[in-house]
Amino acid sequence: MGSSHEQSLSIALPNPIRYFPMGDQALVLSFGDTISEMVNVRVRQVATHIDNWSQPGVIEYVPAYTTITIYYDPLKITYQELLSVLQMIVQDIPEDTEYIGKKKEIPVYYNGADLAYVAQYNGLTEEEVIRLHSTPEYRVYMIGFVPGFPYLGGMDSRIATPRKEVPRLKIEAGAVGIAGEQTGVYPIETPGGWQIIGHTPLQLFDLSKESPSLLEMGDCVRFVPITYDEFVLLKTESYGH
Amino acid sequence: MGIKIIKAGMLTTIQDLGRYGLQRYGMAVSGAMDSYALLLGNSILGNADNEAAIECTVLGPIIYFEQTQLITVTGANLSPKVDGQSLPMWKPVLIEAGSLLSFGRPNSGCRAYICFQGGLDIPKLLGSRSTYSKGQVGGWKGRPLQEGDRIAFRHCYKGKDSLFRWSMDPSLYPDLSTNVIRVMDGPQLPCFESAAQKSFFSDVFTISNNSDRMGYRLTSKRLRLTEQKELLSTAVTFGSIQVPPDGNAIVLMADHPTTGGYPVIAQVATIDLPLLAQKGPNNRISFERISLDEAHDLLKKQHTQFKKLKRAIALKYEKTAYHRFEL
Repeated sequence: MGSSHEQSLSIALPNPIRYFPMGDQALVLSFGDTISEMVNVRVRQVATHIDNWSQPGVIEYVPAYTTITIYYDPLKITYQELLSVLQMIVQDIPEDTEYIGKKKEIPVYYNGADLAYVAQYNGLTEEEVIRLHSTPEYRVYMIGFVPGFPYLGGMDSRIATPRKEVPRLKIEAGAVGIAGEQTGVYPIETPGGWQIIGHTPLQLFDLSKESPSLLEMGDCVRFVPITYDEFVLLKTESYGH
Repeated sequence: MGIKIIKAGMLTTIQDLGRYGLQRYGMAVSGAMDSYALLLGNSILGNADNEAAIECTVLGPIIYFEQTQLITVTGANLSPKVDGQSLPMWKPVLIEAGSLLSFGRPNSGCRAYICFQGGLDIPKLLGSRSTYSKGQVGGWKGRPLQEGDRIAFRHCYKGKDSLFRWSMDPSLYPDLSTNVIRVMDGPQLPCFESAAQKSFFSDVFTISNNSDRMGYRLTSKRLRLTEQKELLSTAVTFGSIQVPPDGNAIVLMADHPTTGGYPVIAQVATIDLPLLAQKGPNNRISFERISLDEAHDLLKKQHTQFKKLKRAIALKYEKTAYHRFEL
């Protein structure tokens, strides 16, 4: 799917890092409060270091737009111990690494139940919403929420729309949504609060594949509008029935 | 073979202590909602802590035993019965081949655990036997158990004992009539209006019907932020209490999404997750604020008790083994 040109960029100085607890089994490192390429590259860098780190008591970590959350076992390491080890590690990580991301395309049939609402909220036509959504190249800032769900940065702020006041109880797999200034794709059927503008026929998370998540943190993604017929055809291909 | 499901019950799934290490790809941890009931059940049978069991929800299943096995039922009291006779909980019991295990009226709590000595013959998927139904991952075919499912035991029971005269001291397990859940301040607590902060720690919340293994929706007075703003998604976990713009809190449970974008007003202390997991729709709860140090101390105390219990149980099994040797 899509070509795989590579894109690289270099990064500049990170923001000061904040460390704080989330409950009694998680420590959060926060690199800032706004989406930025620079901050996210720093997140990826620090995450890579934590990957190669075997600290007893550390269970796993979850990188996000501007944070890394580290889950630990408080019976094996105290919050203070973990904090001081992390501070030391982060200090020693060089800041001049460059980052390479793969280019990927996601076909979308723009038929979402909230397309009209997103258009109306922003004073646009539905066609304009589709054009603005399918023009930019998005960066996969993180994978989370449910298996394989990409959080994409780089959406045009002219189509930004707040999350639904009450999350929907059921959103089908492949739904493409907007939440504030973010856009993403639902890989499996789940409840969720995003405004749904379309659907992709691709399977974003496939357990039968060696790497089950279609997208990875750092990928460069473009949405390609397709017709209903193309949607049906591609869906048959990607779900194999 | 092992067991055959005659009736599925309300929601009956295979769960161990959860699937860790893949949250960064969005994979839920899942695992037992009441992990302490599972741990205690495994200890009672001398199983490994992480052995998978059957989690039953409110209305339990009917299970036919094709083979004799040593089991224990822990967690909620959903009135377990064997061939119609009431089955004592929190102790090892030998179920003879040809017997029916069933459940009756839910007496206390929502989730019971049926643990089998030596475990069930279910392959691990991505490091765990837990079922994550929404993702169709793990457990028995990625889904809750259904009528007709047949699951083998990994070990058949070879012991000679058919009667165990001891049971676990039930005071080691939380009192399920407690309605107070201890929490720590969430990272976004200061973003809420002071009235909302106050009412969060003093009001009574009702668990709504739209509550499941993924999260409990709570109804209360609307919890308002000082200013409505969109947050960037970040990691959330079992016990994170999020507040969407409608002002009704959602407590994330075992099948929680790995990340979320609603402000987190508080985080349930790990010690009280089992208690919360035993609450269900229409139950009323309130929150008591504790510090991180208090939360850690509670866990350490519980762990010390748990280790003591495991030593005591190991001794029981050694003794029975010794008697067998003598005879």
